[in-house]
Amino acid sequence: MSETVKNFLYLNRKAPYGTIYAWESLEVVLIGAAFDQDVSLAFVDDGVYQLTKGQDTSEIGMKNFSPTYAALGDYEVKKIYVEKESLDERGLSLDDLQHLVWEDEDEDYAEKDSIHLVSRSEMAALMDGADVVFSF
Amino acid sequence: MAIEVNGKTYETDEEGYLANINDWEPGVAEVMSKEDDLELTDEHWDIINFLREYYEEYQIAPAVRVLTKAVGKKMGKDKGNSKYLYGLFPYGPAKQACRYAGLPKPTGCV
Amino acid sequence: MSTLHTVNKSPFEKNSLDACLNYVTGGASVLLLEDGVYAALKGTAIEQRVTEALDSAKVYVLGPDLKARGFTDERVIEGISVVDYAGFVDLAAESDKVQAWL
Repeated sequence: MSETVKNFLYLNRKAPYGTIYAWESLEVVLIGAAFDQDVSLAFVDDGVYQLTKGQDTSEIGMKNFSPTYAALGDYEVKKIYVEKESLDERGLSLDDLQHLVWEDEDEDYAEKDSIHLVSRSEMAALMDGADVVFSF
Repeated sequence: MAIEVNGKTYETDEEGYLANINDWEPGVAEVMSKEDDLELTDEHWDIINFLREYYEEYQIAPAVRVLTKAVGKKMGKDKGNSKYLYGLFPYGPAKQACRYAGLPKPTGCV
Repeated sequence: MSTLHTVNKSPFEKNSLDACLNYVTGGASVLLLEDGVYAALKGTAIEQRVTEALDSAKVYVLGPDLKARGFTDERVIEGISVVDYAGFVDLAAESDKVQAWL
């Protein structure tokens, strides 16, 4: 166990597939999850596109990594913040995104929502409150 | 590198993991375990099949901690612990079992 | 000259589409692909800009890139045609040249 638990915020601002950032971020999150830190994921701007449901890359010859977001709960990543303003600008709502949950072992594996819809000002406060921000 | 299974040759990486996950067949696990002097039992196969299902669903090979927890949920706490899993796969349940299952090395393993 | 303009960047991240539309002349075609496909969706903050462009140009979106990103044809603005790779090739072949907006 680490002596000091730090609050890490992974800030995701890029759409998937067009660039490698989204996948790189996800890999770093999964690797970092092994270090018992307090991890939060933020999705703003085009980053919200990473979480859309129904992604099917069979015709573009790239790996579909959207199913991997559903494994985040297994990796103890329970705080996923999505900015409302970013969704609005893109004509999206939470219904367009995957329903991500984590299972509470102490409550007989009860599923709890991981995604929290936040406003831009709340997102700013989350960034302010983080010890470290990793940008992708 | 490569591995020979039932007369077919499959490409592997420098650590012995299958280069192409779609090449996998049960014989891959048989050949790999024989090279490690390990005899596969039903208990081994439960874990190998579990890993393949996990990959199918999430597109990643789980880290050992995640595997342990997930096995515990699916097969009970008596199997979802390090002692049991290391007993089956002495080289490390995630690393060794993933290799037998044809998956890439778990993300975050060194 | 008939030109096929291609835009492969998100309209929310780069001004490639906006710049392209400033230069598009009558009879031209615009194909949205890769992250450019997000411009083809209904209900976005830039929908009006795209709809207005339909008055002077034909606009297409690449279906496989739309599908990869989780969107069905029903989410696409009326008047924009969804094409597959063969349709992309036809558009390029029919045009005198292809101009990419990166």
